[in-house]
Parts: sequence; structure tokens; C-alpha cells
Amino acid sequence: MTAMEAKLSRRTVIRTMVGAGGGMLLGFHLPGAIAAVVAPQPWTTPTDGVEINAWLTIDANGAVTVRVPHSEQGQGALTSVAMLIAEELDVPWDNVQAVFADMNRHVNYGEEYIVTTTHGSQLVRLQHPHIMQAGASARERLKAAAARAWEVARTDVVARQGILRAGGHSASYAEFATAAAGITLDEEPAIKTPDQWWLLGNPTPRVDVSVKVDGSAQYSIDTRLDGMVYAAVKCCPVPWGGLKRYDAKAIEGRNGIIAVVELQAVDGKTGAADMQNGVAVVADTWYRAKTALDLLPIEWDFGPEKDVSSDSQAAEAARLFAETGEVSNAIGGDAMGIIAAAGNVVTADYHRPYETHARMEPINATVSVTDERVDVWSPAQDQSVPLRLVADQLQRDPRDVYVHTAFIGGAFGGGGGGRTGVTRQAAEISRQVGRPVQVIWTREEDVMQDKQRPPVHTRLTAALGENGLPEAFFSRAVWFTHEGANRHGPATADYSISTMPYSVANRRHERHNVAAHIPTATHRAPGANQNGFIIEQFVDEMALAGGWDPLEWRLQMTQGIEPWQRVLLKLREVSGFTTNLPRGEGMGLAIVEDHNSICGACAKVTVSRRGQLVVEKVVLVMNSGYVINPLNSAEQLEGSVCWELSHALYGGLDLENGRFVNSNFDTYNLMRIDQMPEVEVHFALSQDGWWGGMGEPGGPPTPPAVANAIYFATGKRVRSTPIRKHDLSWS
Amino acid sequence: MVFTLTINGAAYAIDAEPETPLLWVLRDNIGLTGTKFGCGIAQCGVCTVHIDGRPVKSCATTAASAVGREITTIEGLSADNRHPVQRAWIEFAVPQCGYCQSGQIMAAAALLSRTSNPSNSEIDAAMAGNLCRCGTYLRIRKAIRRAAELAGSQP
Repeated sequence: MTAMEAKLSRRTVIRTMVGAGGGMLLGFHLPGAIAAVVAPQPWTTPTDGVEINAWLTIDANGAVTVRVPHSEQGQGALTSVAMLIAEELDVPWDNVQAVFADMNRHVNYGEEYIVTTTHGSQLVRLQHPHIMQAGASARERLKAAAARAWEVARTDVVARQGILRAGGHSASYAEFATAAAGITLDEEPAIKTPDQWWLLGNPTPRVDVSVKVDGSAQYSIDTRLDGMVYAAVKCCPVPWGGLKRYDAKAIEGRNGIIAVVELQAVDGKTGAADMQNGVAVVADTWYRAKTALDLLPIEWDFGPEKDVSSDSQAAEAARLFAETGEVSNAIGGDAMGIIAAAGNVVTADYHRPYETHARMEPINATVSVTDERVDVWSPAQDQSVPLRLVADQLQRDPRDVYVHTAFIGGAFGGGGGGRTGVTRQAAEISRQVGRPVQVIWTREEDVMQDKQRPPVHTRLTAALGENGLPEAFFSRAVWFTHEGANRHGPATADYSISTMPYSVANRRHERHNVAAHIPTATHRAPGANQNGFIIEQFVDEMALAGGWDPLEWRLQMTQGIEPWQRVLLKLREVSGFTTNLPRGEGMGLAIVEDHNSICGACAKVTVSRRGQLVVEKVVLVMNSGYVINPLNSAEQLEGSVCWELSHALYGGLDLENGRFVNSNFDTYNLMRIDQMPEVEVHFALSQDGWWGGMGEPGGPPTPPAVANAIYFATGKRVRSTPIRKHDLSWS
Repeated sequence: MVFTLTINGAAYAIDAEPETPLLWVLRDNIGLTGTKFGCGIAQCGVCTVHIDGRPVKSCATTAASAVGREITTIEGLSADNRHPVQRAWIEFAVPQCGYCQSGQIMAAAALLSRTSNPSNSEIDAAMAGNLCRCGTYLRIRKAIRRAAELAGSQP
């Protein structure tokens, strides 16, 4: 694949591969190679096909180009959207191509794509009706056009695999594409039911594999523009601290240095914590900018938060455990009264620390500001966000702002709010230096200045009845978010705990949302990612204290809840779960809901006498209602196991003196290939009208399953992470 | 200072400080962006390239040290995705976000060039320096074993 040039304006020539409609064109029918298209006017309607609606074009050879408004961050958006359209349109899968949709058109001219965000495991789960509708509408309009020409009823026309047929007539979709584009239906067709699918439900390789094995896939960090310069930035190590002074003279005369730019904090305009106070060095290469920035003397005003630490937060949590919090859920009678009077009480305190996203593509953005237009490359999970944000920062008409969707090198919840600050920085620096600018954060800046997953401390208490099952349950969670606001939707402080399905008659769940200066954001499977570990271990604590087998307890306590029973019964069938293993070996179970999917895990571990832990195998059972692509789903589930075990076993950010001690992969440890357990994926699908997500729910049940297995192997209950900090030795 | 590097069989005149890491010469001076930046301290492996056939972390290798040697990047591994490692990667649909995969593939290709049929523990040892945040490790293991088969069956 060759880099191409496309003239964007008199002054800016973009040398990144572009395709009609706003991105690279992926041809499914060319295994091992990719069809690339150069459009004379990028980011406008593809010229080589007829636009049936905003979602798709058909060219003279019948090739269908699907425009995908969502981000491709590894979760398979390009493939999923193309499959949903192809299913309804009924065209051979090999004739389908995908491009990223034109975000300027979407934002400024009618928001035809309805939803462009890519978070919350929602693309297929929530958006499939309107995406399939676009394909179905195109199909019916092709049939209507043929019916008109052939003078038959539309219902007599059959559209199948790219061919229209009625009576003795037959024609390709391409022949009627122009006529179909002009047709308005009296009534839009209903989308197919799952029993009518021919493509959805089949294992389908991702469409973006071949460009990701030869180095040609373009990420926003790969943007190269004529005249482009690079910026390295440093913000106050204690977030929200100020910049006192810096000495630009100290780096004067170094090769390639172009400018030193001061950045001023912008907060709360388009998202939380948009841009921090900091300094940028601009140079002709990024390495020159970065090395000069390292040598630049900077004096910070650390501000009032300079003494905050993980220990001070723990002390605050311990204090708040004694105070009444906001009630997030209450069921039945006086749970606390019953607990106070009970004879058999189980109680425990749990803790999860800050975690960071650490996507492999470090936080970056590229912006080119000219009088005529502004061009933006930003690894954001919703590409409409950087468009609006840059227009805001520069006070420009959004119609003049063009966002170029590129592949994203991992997102994991941090690409929504988490990458807005860098895009503002790039816009501001480009405006000031008058040239296209690429800002790249060092890994250290990425780890320390990311919007982090909030830490949580939780106390749980249950009163067990005579049958050994809990009759009253109480939880009090303390978590630390920026400004204390719960910005992440419903009750993520104690999500999975206050929402547990278990049939306890009397429940009270409280939370303290504590304001902290550390910027926070969603992190793959928000809430469930930290609290699954807490509630599903405490379930084992309750079960064992009451004399119950962990699996039988969960089956008993979810009676009548079909999606959970289905997963637990499947786990019993496929996992071989037993509590009867020799010392040093253990199996553990957990089951957690996230984004409407129910996912169960059974982990098998060994722990040596000296405490060396090996996670041998994780069996996952997934109930997402439906699955449109079992292959991509299995990939997501395998990856989710790695994701959450990384944090539970090795991760954890340590806060000292108001800032993070961890800064790079030598101090923030992630799972490596030699630590990866075998993963076996099973689906147990309810298929009764509800849809769950797939990109996130595989993560939360794995850490508690591992921790429960460690308990059976060693007799030690691990109530905080990272697990590597615990002594697991036994004798 | 101007010096010459041989990359994917072509000679490039480079004007940069000799201590500049090879990674940044590849990306910023030459425009070969298939090799990625991840950590800058040789901890994640997304910048892996070959020097004289051996895998190196280009973020922690000075450009000057590569003068007079054969540098191969992902762009030079094959012209058409026909390298056995690339074919196996496609067969098992290994990449998710894909950002680390250039480095994974270069590390795997180097492993297979010196160990034609690696054991699981040899695979793990050779690949432990390459992080993947999407967690594609299981498919990487399978694909390396498959690539060994494909390479073995080549004439």
C-alpha cells in the first residue's frame, strides 16, 4: 500500500492514506491486500458508487461500500457494522467493503448516523436496529426500483446475494442503484429476526486483519503532513497544580527547536478535566522535542493536593466506613437492625487501587489549523467529540473542522473523555505556531496524566440465617473521583454489589463519593471491573460460612432468573468445578453482569508452598442474549481475561505526594505472554429478545474466580489487588 | 550529523544526532510508521525491528549503532504479506487494535529464523518482551506454531 497525496487546501497536503468517505477502504474480497482509494476531495461522498443512503454505496460492479461511523479500537466495529448492513442488504460478504464515515457531514448536516460513539459495549447491543434498518431500507428500495421497471409488485421481487429477480427478470443491484436512490418508501421495512439471519451468527474474520500485519494500518500517531512539527508536553505531576516558571533560554539553540508553548488549564467545557497547566516544546522531530523538554527547567506549584496519597485515601475510607453514606439501593426491611441482632455475621473490607488505561498507542493528537479549515486526527472513541472540541478551543465554525478517523491503538474506556486534553493541546499549539502539529505524550505522561479508574474501598456485612443463607446484607463503598461526581452512569461506585441479583430479603447499599484531584474516567467494564472482584469473593465468604458449596449457593440465590441460571448450569457442565482438590491447587467461580451480559468464569490455579501463583486456565461462559460473530466475540473474551487479570495480578497505581509513583511499564506491570492462562470460551445464549454487550463483560468475573481459587489452594483470602503484593505461601 | 542507514535493502542519508534512537529515525526522518512507539525504555516491544536478523527494541538502540548493518522493519518483512508469520497471523485473525502487532510479528519472525520449531516455553521466552494490551497472546502462540509449519512446508 502506498502513501497517497490528496490536496486539502492550498497550504496543507495530507500524506496519509485516505479513502472515499473519510478513511481507508478495506476490501474484503482481496485477501492479503487492501484496495485503497484516493478521492479528489476526501471526506465527502465516495464518487465511485451510488449512495443509497448515508450508510452505503453500490458501484457499477456491485461492490458495496459500508460507511462506519464508529471507531475501530480493536473491538471489531468495522466488521460488525458491515455485517449488520450486509445481512439486511443480502449481498455476498466478499463484495462488501468498509470505510470510516465522514464525521464532518454527520456533525454538521443532520447527524444521519444517529450514534457515533464507541463505548459501553453498545455498538451491536443497542445500535443494531438502526444499522440493520439502513440495510433493509436500501434492499427494499432496490426491489421497488426493479418492480417499477418490470411492472410487477415489489413483494414479487426477490433480492438475494446481490441479485434482484422477479418472473423471468434478473438484474444485479448495481443496475437499479441509481433508481433506488431516488425512491422513498411509504413505510420502512422491519428488520430481520434472528431466525432469518444468513450471515449474522457465523464466525467471520475481521476485515482489518491484513492491514494490521504489514505495518500499513494508519493510527493517528502515524499521521504525517507536509510542514508538520512535533510537540512533547509536560503537565504538573500533581494534577491541577500550576506552572510557576520555566526557563526557555536553557534550551535555546538546540537543533530543531521551534517553540516553547505554555498551556493553560481548561476544565469542564466539553468533558471533565480537559487540559491541564503545562509546557510544550515544539521541534522538527518528536525526539528532539522530548529531549529538550527533559532539559527544560520547570518549577511547578503543586497546590493543596501535594500531600494526598494512597495511604491518606485509605485513612479517609476507614473514617467514612463509620459514617452513613448516600443510599444507592435498599430492599426489604431493616438490614442493619437484623445484622446487629444476628448471631452469624460475615464481614470483610475490600480494596481496589487506581488503574490506568495504558493503551499501547500513547496519547496523541494531530491538528492542522489554517485560515480555511482545521484538520484533526484524534484517537477518540467518539470522533464527533474532537470535532466539537477543536471548534470550541479555536472558536471556529464546526463546518470547517474535519476529523479524519484512523485506527485506534486501544481505547478501553479511556478514549472518550481521556483523550480530549491532548486534542485541545494540539489545536492550541498548531494555532500558536502556525503549522500542523503532532502532540505525543511520553509513556510517563500517559500513565501519570491519564484519566484513571477510580480506587474503591468497600465494607460488606451479611447476617446468615439458620439455613446458612444471608437474610440481611449491607455494603458501604468509598470511592475517589474527580470532583466526587459519579460521572460514569448509574452507581459505578458499588455497581455489581448494589445491583447483585441474589435473593437476599433485606438489603441496604450505601456509597460515599469523595472528591479527589486525580482525574478519573471510565475503564473497560466500569464498576463491574472493580466490584466484581469484591462481591463475588464475598459471595464465597458467605457461602462457606453458611456451609454451602459456592456453585450451589449461586444457583440457589438466583432461582427464577433465567439468564444467570443458564450461565451457572453451563459452567457446572463445562468447567469441572470442584472444591475437592489437593492443597496448592484450587478452582474458583464467579459470575458478573456487565452491559447487560451475564458472564461466568471458572479459574484453575496452582500455588506453590512458597507462594508462587500460576493461573492455569480460565473457562468463560457468556450469555449476551445473541452473538453476531462468534469468532470476534471469542477474541474479545480472551482479551478481556488478560485485561482484568493484568490489573488484579500485577497492576495498581500508587499515589504519593499527590502524584503517581508508577510511570512506565517497568513500574506499572501488565500481563505478558508467559503469564497468560489458557482460556476456553463457551456461549450460553438466552436468545429471548434482549441483547448484551461483548467488548467488556468478559473481564469482571475472572479476577474473583482466580481469587476464590487461591483461597481453596491456600486458605488465604485476598481482599485487595494487585495480588502480587500478597504473601500466598502455605504449609 | 549526516550518516547512512540501510533499511529494507535501501540506503537512506539521515541528518540527526547519532544518539537518536533508531525508532525515531524510522518514524520521523524516514516516515516508516509501521514500527511503533510504546514506552521508550525497551519494556513493551512495539518498536521491535531486526538488525542483521536479530530482534532489537529500536526505541533503545541508537541510530549510530545501526550504521553499516542490515535493518529490517515490518514494511520490509515481505512485499505481499506472504511471510509465514504474516500468513499465520491472518489465519488466526490475531490482531485486535493491532498497534503492537508489528513488534510481535518481527519478534516472532526472528524467533523462527533461529528456532524453526519452537516449544511453548521457547515461544513464551522469545515473546515475553512484547506487551499486548488487547490480550491476543493465545492467538500469538497458536500463530507462531502455525507459522513454523508453514515455513517448514515451504520449498
